[in-house]
Amino acid sequence: MKNNKKTIAIIFVSVLVVATLVLLFMAAVNSGNAFALRIQGIMTQLYGGIFASLTLFTLTLVFSLPIGLLVCFARRSRFKIVALITKFYISVMRGTPLMLQLIVVYFAPYYLFKIPLSSNYRFYAAIIGFSLNYAAYFAEIYRSGIEAVPKGQYEAAKVLGYSRQQTFMKIVFPQMVRHTLPPVTNEIITLVKDTSLAYAIAYIEMFTLAKQVAAAQSSIMALFVAGAFYYIFNLLVAFVMGRIEKKMNYYSK
Amino acid sequence: MKLLEINNIRKSFDDNLHVLKDISLSVNEGEVVSILGPSGSGKSTLLRCATMLETMDGGTLSYCGESAVTEVDGKSMYMPKSDLKRIQNYFGLVFQNFNLFPHYTVLKNITDAPIHVQKREKAEVTEEAMALLGQMGIEDKADCYPCQLSGGQQQRVAIARALAMNPKILFFDEPTSALDPELTSEILKVLRDLAARKMTMVIVTHEIDFARNVSDRVIFMDEGYIVEQGKPEDVIDNPKNDRVRAFLRKVKG
Repeated sequence: MKNNKKTIAIIFVSVLVVATLVLLFMAAVNSGNAFALRIQGIMTQLYGGIFASLTLFTLTLVFSLPIGLLVCFARRSRFKIVALITKFYISVMRGTPLMLQLIVVYFAPYYLFKIPLSSNYRFYAAIIGFSLNYAAYFAEIYRSGIEAVPKGQYEAAKVLGYSRQQTFMKIVFPQMVRHTLPPVTNEIITLVKDTSLAYAIAYIEMFTLAKQVAAAQSSIMALFVAGAFYYIFNLLVAFVMGRIEKKMNYYSK
Repeated sequence: MKLLEINNIRKSFDDNLHVLKDISLSVNEGEVVSILGPSGSGKSTLLRCATMLETMDGGTLSYCGESAVTEVDGKSMYMPKSDLKRIQNYFGLVFQNFNLFPHYTVLKNITDAPIHVQKREKAEVTEEAMALLGQMGIEDKADCYPCQLSGGQQQRVAIARALAMNPKILFFDEPTSALDPELTSEILKVLRDLAARKMTMVIVTHEIDFARNVSDRVIFMDEGYIVEQGKPEDVIDNPKNDRVRAFLRKVKG
């Protein structure tokens, strides 16, 4: 109860601070402050890119979090060949630059099969490239989380007659989620910043636009505004994940 | 009636580490059997083979006259999974380090398997679980998480969890080894109560006095063999075997 009140207070104060800043900014724009007007101009130009970055971020998470679990299962498979192939997949995903992977996913259909590239495909290529890469990282995080569950938990479950699926769903998975939240948060924050790599295949997201604006204005301001967006968005991610982590901490040890 | 019958169990790790060399043991209904012996004598492995956490290399195992493991050409043959699943219901195991599920409350630790494995009625299981907690003197802890309990309380929950499955025979693997002397006496009292209620139990223990006072039969193991067994007053007070005598002298100080 006490904790709840504290949370509400924190949220209330943060909203108040942000609202004040926004109001101040709007007032500055209205009063014709040159600096404020310039920032506003940059923000209008980055607007479409922000949406593109958020779409890329959200869809990548939606796909890579569950695919990562499947990859993790394959990596731990009893069938040696499946485990080996998955291990190779993970090592390639981790061992080569994400930018290169994006370019390969984007151009492979043309170079390998002579399928003409459409600009529609750019979007799908970005999602596919990011999801495949992040799934590999999530798989390894999940694996460490599963392996952190003590052997005694499996033995207790076995003696009580739980099936393999029940043991995983009821006993192992909840404990794994708790073990893996901090590294998953890390990965999500990295993803926010990594979306800027999509410029490698000319997917128009915020960073691409910021660079264009900076070049056009021959001023670094646009890059600073873009940086501020990434930073604020990551503050939000860290805050939300922190809340979830706290919620999962109902049992310690 | 013979609840447990083990014949000529052999078990080795890594081909040349023979932990159990040739052990036969049967336990009758209502009997309390204590297993004593130095570390590395195979006590725990025997229990783990009997509870099917470890697969045995040779020998047979049956509960209540139903075969779980038969022997073909000197090698252990396990019955089909469906049979083993039924036989699993005949026994329970209490671990040295409790192995409670940390993300479940005390009550859920006890009721989850009866409800979801044995498919029993929730209300009935909960009522039984509360009665068991009362019997253990910790009914006020039903809504706590294991991490909020002392070691002795956790072990009592673990015993209640095993009893909630209504096993015919209960195994204890050094149930007091992770506890300090004060908590040890708590658990020994619970075991004494269970013995008074004619619960069939097999207890691996280092508590010599407890073994003498509570058990109907004491088994002394050394280097993978049962070297002496009989009434506690014979084995503990007048051991015939030199190895037993040396061990008891050391333990008694």
